[in-house]
Amino acid sequence: MSKLVAFAAIQGGYKVVSTAEGAFTKALASYNADTKIGFPNTAYYLPVIYSLTGMKVETLEDLKKPLEFARGLLPPHVKGKNHLPYLGPLLDAGMAAIFSYEIIEALRILETPDFYIAQEDPDLEAGKKWVGPADDVILRKRGVEFVDGSAPGFAAIVGAAPTPEIAKMIVEDYQKRNLYIFCAANHNGTSVIDQLLEQDVQVGWNTRIVPFGPDISSAVFALGFANRAAMAFGGVQPGDYKTILKYNKERIFAFVNALGDIGTEWGTAAAGCVNWGFPTLADTDIPEILPTGICTYEHVVANVAHDEIVQRSVEVRGLKVTVSEIDIPLSFGPAYEGERVRGADLHVQCGGGKTQCTELVKMAEMNEVEDGKVEVIGPDVTDLKEGDTFPLGIFVQIAGREFQSDFEPIMERQIHHLVNYIQGIMHIGQRDISWVRVSKSAMEKGFTLKDIGVVLHAKFHQDFQKIVDKVQVTLYTKKADVDKITKTARAEYKTRDERVDKMTDEDVELFYSCTLCQSFAPNHVCSVSPERTGLCGAYNWMDCKASYEINPTGPNQPIEKGECIDPVLGQWKGVNEFVYKASRGAVPHYNFYSMVVDPMTTCGCCECIAAMLPSCNGVMTVGRDYSGETPSGMKFTTLAGVMGGGAQSPGFVGHSKYNITQGKFITGDGGLLRMVWMPKMLKEELKDRIDKRGAEMGCPGLYDMIADETVGITEEEILPFLQEKGHPALTMDPLVG
Amino acid sequence: MTEEKAKKPAKAPKLADPVASSIDVATQQLIARAQELGIDTVWDRAENMKPCAIGMQGTCCKNCSMGPCRLPLPKGGIEGEDTRKGLCGATANTIAARNFIRMVAGGAAAHSDHGRCVAEVFRSVARKENHDYKIKDTIKLKAVAEALNVAITVEVDGEVVDRDIDEIALETAEVAYGEWGKPEGEIIYLKRAPEALYEKWKKAGVLPRNIDREIVEIMHRTHMGVDQDYKNLMKQGARASLADGWGGSMLATDLQDILFGTPYPVQSEANLGIMKEDHVNIIVHGHEPILSEMIIAASQDPEILDYAKSKGAKGIQLGGICCTANEMLQRHGVPVAGTFLQQELAIITGACDAMVVDIQCIFQNLANVAKCFHTKLITTHPIARMEQNNVLHIEFDEHHAMDDAVRIVKMAIDNFENRGAEVMIPQQKATQVAGFGVESILYHLGGTFRGTYYTLNDNIINGRIRGIAGVVGCNNARTRHNESHITIVKELIKNDVIVLTTGCNGIACAMEGLLTPEAGAVYCGPGLAEVCETVGIPPVLHLGSCVDNSRILLAATEVVKAGGLGKDICDLPAAGSAPEWMSEKAISIGQYFVTSGVYTVFGYTFPTAGAPVFEDYLFNEMEKLYGGMWDFEADPIKHAHKMIAHIDAKRKALGIDKARERVLMDMADRQALEA
Repeated sequence: MSKLVAFAAIQGGYKVVSTAEGAFTKALASYNADTKIGFPNTAYYLPVIYSLTGMKVETLEDLKKPLEFARGLLPPHVKGKNHLPYLGPLLDAGMAAIFSYEIIEALRILETPDFYIAQEDPDLEAGKKWVGPADDVILRKRGVEFVDGSAPGFAAIVGAAPTPEIAKMIVEDYQKRNLYIFCAANHNGTSVIDQLLEQDVQVGWNTRIVPFGPDISSAVFALGFANRAAMAFGGVQPGDYKTILKYNKERIFAFVNALGDIGTEWGTAAAGCVNWGFPTLADTDIPEILPTGICTYEHVVANVAHDEIVQRSVEVRGLKVTVSEIDIPLSFGPAYEGERVRGADLHVQCGGGKTQCTELVKMAEMNEVEDGKVEVIGPDVTDLKEGDTFPLGIFVQIAGREFQSDFEPIMERQIHHLVNYIQGIMHIGQRDISWVRVSKSAMEKGFTLKDIGVVLHAKFHQDFQKIVDKVQVTLYTKKADVDKITKTARAEYKTRDERVDKMTDEDVELFYSCTLCQSFAPNHVCSVSPERTGLCGAYNWMDCKASYEINPTGPNQPIEKGECIDPVLGQWKGVNEFVYKASRGAVPHYNFYSMVVDPMTTCGCCECIAAMLPSCNGVMTVGRDYSGETPSGMKFTTLAGVMGGGAQSPGFVGHSKYNITQGKFITGDGGLLRMVWMPKMLKEELKDRIDKRGAEMGCPGLYDMIADETVGITEEEILPFLQEKGHPALTMDPLVG
Repeated sequence: MTEEKAKKPAKAPKLADPVASSIDVATQQLIARAQELGIDTVWDRAENMKPCAIGMQGTCCKNCSMGPCRLPLPKGGIEGEDTRKGLCGATANTIAARNFIRMVAGGAAAHSDHGRCVAEVFRSVARKENHDYKIKDTIKLKAVAEALNVAITVEVDGEVVDRDIDEIALETAEVAYGEWGKPEGEIIYLKRAPEALYEKWKKAGVLPRNIDREIVEIMHRTHMGVDQDYKNLMKQGARASLADGWGGSMLATDLQDILFGTPYPVQSEANLGIMKEDHVNIIVHGHEPILSEMIIAASQDPEILDYAKSKGAKGIQLGGICCTANEMLQRHGVPVAGTFLQQELAIITGACDAMVVDIQCIFQNLANVAKCFHTKLITTHPIARMEQNNVLHIEFDEHHAMDDAVRIVKMAIDNFENRGAEVMIPQQKATQVAGFGVESILYHLGGTFRGTYYTLNDNIINGRIRGIAGVVGCNNARTRHNESHITIVKELIKNDVIVLTTGCNGIACAMEGLLTPEAGAVYCGPGLAEVCETVGIPPVLHLGSCVDNSRILLAATEVVKAGGLGKDICDLPAAGSAPEWMSEKAISIGQYFVTSGVYTVFGYTFPTAGAPVFEDYLFNEMEKLYGGMWDFEADPIKHAHKMIAHIDAKRKALGIDKARERVLMDMADRQALEA
């Protein structure tokens, strides 16, 4: 039966390549050959073509080479009898089609620039349903979830289910398993996305249901996302197609669900995906390809019942996912984290400037608390009317033989995403500035405040079983109680902050490693010290310590600093030895406090990247959510491309936002006083801390001396500003030499 | 028509029973036809001349004129001490071992001298002294250059750039040519083997120094009164066999691929039915593609085709016999006329206008058969001539190759009109897909982007494919033509063992229809059938001629390298077989497979039966040295099951004898992945 698949896919390959060639010829007739072409805000050109062939498509005429390459891949048609082998040809035809689909999409964006809406969620009111290729900001933000396992993989769904209800069932099942759902193509004019919208399901990157595009060609965006992950996080070089595809087979747990009749164009796309090790499961009766090899297990599985397709898919891909079964009337999982509760959908809310909403986790003695006790003191949401507000205090008490008060803030920070994981509930902020919005649909399903307690109890036990023995949750909704708990909480926060803020690298003998992302960046190893939080912004020293205590063989291991080799640059013998081993020999040593001399490596998931600006005698830093140009001459994504994947790149360093104002931030190079440029958004976010740290360093006006994009985006543009403001960097020792 | 041989038997010679002689209907028909015409064929001669019983046992020593000393093994065997000895005292073991490794020397010499001729042509092309041949496959040239430690890049101003292809060719040619007689070092290709195997050879002291020397040393050591320890003799046998498999044969294959193109799957046909009554039929028989490549080019030349038409023919039909057939097949899809044993029959059709031969496996009796027809029998090689006066000798000079080829083809065309009325071309022919090789298998296991032998390994590990068998070798008139070949291969594929074939086994399988993708569903076990269906391949993969057994060595090495099936060739669930062997080349091939770690079973007879101790050394002791050993089994079904039992034992040792579990990966599993 494989022969029929081969026959159809090879035919499809010819068809798709010809279509792309036609579109290219047509485009050449209306545009100049040197017209710029490409996907928005990416450093990876047309990412599938770039990653697999190294060809950089920047202008219309650059499409010629990959098109010729695709044409060259097309094998002879399969003969009816005594045919020649077809597996290799079939995969080549599929790849030719994938290249062509990417070209077709690039031409679509050239001709209809606003066809896709380049943001995370569609704008349905403006009629913009399709988000198109994810830009590098989304890639890096979402990539971290793939890296740390909070998104175990993605399901690429093409076509449409027989009914909207079935579509919803399948997609929600994937959401529950934390997978991303990448949607493209239509079946008789309907797509899964249409079906979901009809059922009032929120779609967009935030709910992990990504409406890529209406045609099968849009499915190529999923592959472009996967290949960029290999380059950005895996450090694989563009053009090294063998490694890129092997990376995908081994590390990106993706697969295709084909819903609806499969024509040659879908067939050839499916064949293309097999090159990645991504199998196809279909709900129609197509020939199966069951032997293993190119994919880890089966290649094409047919006739899968809709209520089994999710389970079968993860099995065929060889993926283990755990579903958190929590006893609440709503669905629960990371897929709902990004879900919004918008005005029209809002039932009641607390916090957000309207009322007080406070969260506090405190350690308790074993005999003080009762495990699993969840108490709501005061009126519940069911007692409120639509549009009401109410105050809320979430007080969690944890007892455990291994529990330490140092773990309190770590547990407390979980509340944000755990509450957000509840379908129909939105949580913003933390501590005493939290904000919880409850949707009408959540109320319809029977949500009560108790469910928050149930979730926290269950998840704390699940995720932290090593340190948690008992969890008791109290939810206060009377103003007096909330005010009282808020007062206690504020005192608690103050003590904690002082303790953490005052902690220095010299105070501790142990640093912690973080190799959480080694599944994606095998050569990279982070070291986290009290004054240098993890570059992804997600893990500080205390988190790592707790993580180690919770899971002693996990990704966070203690590193004995050992003998100090260089106190200024921040280099220790013990750290070097650890890094050498953990990076599998790739990195012999690095410095904690310098970006000029042997800086720390990055996996590609850093929040910010600092770069030297030699003519300003200073440095700049840029966060990953700023997509504009910077004085270094590179956008964030280009910078990340230069230094991701565990490579050491002197003159550049990846770091977290928080780290900018920590005591040891590039002190080997002069510290924060070197900072001459930051994006406005980032600068404003850190204003208070910059003011504070600047004052500590003897430069209280530092904030106003740091240029941003409103001043300029080249060194020449910002230098006069720095001179006018008398920026301290200008009079410091030369940065290099 | 009577035969004009000098010596006639007193009574009428016995005739072979056509049906008992071959399983192939075309062959049966033509044997009968020959008998009708009063022409004897190899089968008739086999009826009238029995093999020498002592020679068959390997215990006749005629290496000095005090002998021949004959040491037959008594029918009931020997109880107690074996006191048999020759005049000089040579034991049965010594005599059998000497005879055995002289066969290795003969075979290694044949393959390697073939290789040397190719190397000479390649060198003349690289030196630009030859304009008829060209370098056709530069990708292969670069791969071969790298394997021979010839640089393919150069540094220019600190930048690494591709080296000039002519320069690469020239140095590759010089280095390759040096392998036959270099004074120092060892054969470079040995390092292509899995590291564990190379180390094994090194430890055993069998790394060949150069190709020629090991053959010469066999002749020396087996001379009267030199090496008289069968183990020490076999050590040299092993060493010379490696000089063949990983030396002469491998260079022959590689250099032929560079000159004539690396084979990729092609569709063609096999059996005598490919000859066409209204065409000029040219049968090319022998081994070197140097000759056949030019004959192909000449016969496709429009001018020559017009010339053929002017003589009343509709065209020119080329067909191959023996390994020349396989060479023409794998690179050009030229159909195969028949196996080694069918060579006389091609002439007996009465439609063979010329039979062009070069070296190896050519019956001298072809001249006698040709004399009964209009067929021109043309010898072309200076080292291979025939005494009969009806044989034409057109020496094929590689510097005037095209001129010679045109002359030969024209001679065939001119001869078309001389055909008698007695044309009888059988109808039988089968479709085949051939032309597999290390490179093309790699491609077909995953395409341009994902091609890897791991796809094969994965299906061996998951049990769809039970193991790999190399079934190769000749035909032998002492056995029913093709019967063992086909029975063994069918039994193997029925048990999910994929078969790699070369030589006349390949042709036999083609004639039986086993080289078609459709054969998968008909003959294979469910697992192998499914894999064949997925990849679109036949269950039996034809890898070429007998020098191309080197492709099997490299394919096995690729399987080892792809991972999951051990560290050495001897770890693989694999076995070798030559069911109907007859030539010394088969012994050399068998020995290099054994020395490379492959369990190798021969059919029909084994030439050491008269020396049980020595035979036990080959069948059992050798495994300890190299991981591979010999075996013998005449019954084809038992033969196949001995191979399968070995494959199963290897599967067990690898821990893949049980069904593989589906491993579902969670994040911790992924973090534990190797970089």
